[in-house]
Amino acid sequence: MMLAGRVQAAASDYQDVPAGNPPGWFEPKLKNAEWDSVVPADRDLDKLTPFEDATHYNNFYEFGTGKGDPARNADSLKTQPWSVVIDGEVANGGRFDLEDIAKPSRLQERIYRLRCVEAWSMVIPWLGIPLGEVIKRAEPTSKAKYVRFETLVAPEQMPGQNSSFALIDWPYTEGLRMDEAMHPLAILGLGMYGRELPNQNGAPFRLIVPWKYGFKSIKSIVRISLVEEQPVNSWQAIAPDEYGFYANVNPEVDHPRWSQATERRLPNSLFNPNIIDTRMFNGYADEVASLYQGMDLRKNF
Amino acid sequence: MPMPRYAFTLWRIAVFIAALVPLVYWGSQVAINAAGPEPGRYLLLNIGQGILWMLLLTLSLTPLTKLTRWKGFALIRRQLGLWTLTYALLHLFCYAVFILGLDLSRLGSEIVRRPYIIVGMLALHGLIVMGVTSNKWSMRKLGKRWKTLHKIVYVVLGLGLLHFLWVVRADMEQWSTYAAAGALLMILRVPPIARQLPKFRQWVKRPKRAHA
Repeated sequence: MMLAGRVQAAASDYQDVPAGNPPGWFEPKLKNAEWDSVVPADRDLDKLTPFEDATHYNNFYEFGTGKGDPARNADSLKTQPWSVVIDGEVANGGRFDLEDIAKPSRLQERIYRLRCVEAWSMVIPWLGIPLGEVIKRAEPTSKAKYVRFETLVAPEQMPGQNSSFALIDWPYTEGLRMDEAMHPLAILGLGMYGRELPNQNGAPFRLIVPWKYGFKSIKSIVRISLVEEQPVNSWQAIAPDEYGFYANVNPEVDHPRWSQATERRLPNSLFNPNIIDTRMFNGYADEVASLYQGMDLRKNF
Repeated sequence: MPMPRYAFTLWRIAVFIAALVPLVYWGSQVAINAAGPEPGRYLLLNIGQGILWMLLLTLSLTPLTKLTRWKGFALIRRQLGLWTLTYALLHLFCYAVFILGLDLSRLGSEIVRRPYIIVGMLALHGLIVMGVTSNKWSMRKLGKRWKTLHKIVYVVLGLGLLHFLWVVRADMEQWSTYAAAGALLMILRVPPIARQLPKFRQWVKRPKRAHA
């Protein structure tokens, strides 16, 4: 991994990416962003996924269960204004405008591999702020052992939440252990491809934890709680034998219904499924393996 | 009103073309790059649902015949059955070639280890058995046992729905719709209910008579 950082984005980087409609405070942050803050060691091997694919092949069940549903339905999500409740075991909690949460931190570009639990993967250039900085500012108490995240519940904006057949008990919930949340690779995303997040990708505020399966990276966050007990994340609640709390990318521990040893790097084509070996901790083992020293990762999957 | 012979031939050709249309459509979506970043999975899942459609349509022919007494439904039963088998074979082909990249050792290990794949393969075997015995020679050779043998279509429906159920991750709507359709077609075969079907024929026609 390279930790270099450029001050300016090359104008050519994202010239094909359609402009969004960011809030006023986003533009100055973007100008001041630290580009290429973390990038893959081999940028040819981990080529950026085209913006079109990254925005039209999504799992965001609040907008439907089909991969194309979020792109079709997410226009109805109202992302401005947006506020987030930070509560639980913190000295400095409350409801904050997203702008104020983002203000003290510099926007950084992180080009991460994204490995879905369904055995496909992409490479996404995120723009975000370190999760650890946000947590520190909330001044967690000594009782804070875990971080719990919640997605917005708004059935009138999120048609998937109206489905009476949905197995997810809204709000979609995720969690991290405190040391995972404080790890420098874990970020809160505000943008991607040199612009703000498109709605279907979890606008305006989402988690990105690159060494875990994609479902851990919860979207459209409205609440961050510091808690003492380990939270139960949504997928764990639906199928505890299939999805664990940790959900670290691990080629040696299969999902009961499919192998996790390999992944299909997207986009692929019919006769070239682009199957590559899945790497331990999604290739971030050097940075994060120490967090799990002595743990049985087969049990804590 | 009796239909001329050529009309039934046209009807069978029309059914053939209609069954081919989805495959051509999905294929063309892939060809023009409109099937998303994972075209193999697009084909796999669409054809998978196509199998259920074909199977449910095949199973609806007997109740429809009872309800309408129209000969045309029975005439396309073998064809739709064979289309079900064709879709199922294409589904397996998509999985082996587009998803596993023809890594045959992995195909072997996946079949053994994944319950939903075992169930799917069992259902496919049932379809193959019915497919190879769908010709006139087999019907003559098997005699009465032919009908008994082809009752495995009900087992295939159950296995197919189970295979689909185990793939569902978080939304039961689609699966529930297929399962409800399958259950309805089964209920219509329960003898006391099946016997009532012809009575509905007049009921279906009645509005027409009122206008006459």
